[in-house]
Amino acid sequence: MLSRAAWSLVLRRGGPGTRGKHSLEGSAPSERRMPPYANYFAQRSYPMPDEPFCTELTAEQRALKEKEKGSWTQLSHAEKVALYRLQFHQTFAEMNRRSNEWKTVMGCVFFFFGFAALLIWWQRVYMFPEKPITLTDEWKAKQLQRILDMKANPVQGLASRWDYEKKQWKK
Amino acid sequence: MASGTLAKPQMRGLLARCLWIHIVGAFTVSLGVATLYKFGVAEPRKKAYADFYRNYGSMKDFEEMRKSGIFQSAK
Repeated sequence: MLSRAAWSLVLRRGGPGTRGKHSLEGSAPSERRMPPYANYFAQRSYPMPDEPFCTELTAEQRALKEKEKGSWTQLSHAEKVALYRLQFHQTFAEMNRRSNEWKTVMGCVFFFFGFAALLIWWQRVYMFPEKPITLTDEWKAKQLQRILDMKANPVQGLASRWDYEKKQWKK
Repeated sequence: MASGTLAKPQMRGLLARCLWIHIVGAFTVSLGVATLYKFGVAEPRKKAYADFYRNYGSMKDFEEMRKSGIFQSAK
């Protein structure tokens, strides 16, 4: 929240917004500046920005703003909607709409997983040194036999799964 | 204003209701987890240990280990 306020302050100082104000001219669509050319940034966690969305108003819109200063019961429904649209770019429903961005994100994540896997495979083939003696199958078998002889974890653990009479794993 | 007016939403007591739901939920979840753990993990483990030691002969166990050759002090 604080960072958003600071950011909007930064934008107001001399970001793209001030340049945009001078270069865009004339007709109704240009009054609604689309982000990022506006000093207006609303999101779900910062829904009420400091500045209104439309700052360049036609005479009609200025008249409406004058009317807004009076009693709001005098405003018609269409006028209230127009005032809302002057102040805010999107409604909450529009702002919070879903998107399909997650599919892109997950796709990129899996792509880079695969790429990393390919790199590691190449390294395994061309770069990795020999396995140490303790990781050879022969050594590991002798190690396991020694652990079973010591009856490690005989109640619920490893040795409890070994059948000492038949010399095999319990079914 | 609109032709079909919406029902008035809940205006008060939102935090209290949220807290109540979460208190009840927290109690339920923690008691449930504790019960499941007791009957899923703790009781079987106690039974396994009781069964193991019921007919356990420590000298027989030691002799088996000694014969397999793992000791340095008792061959």
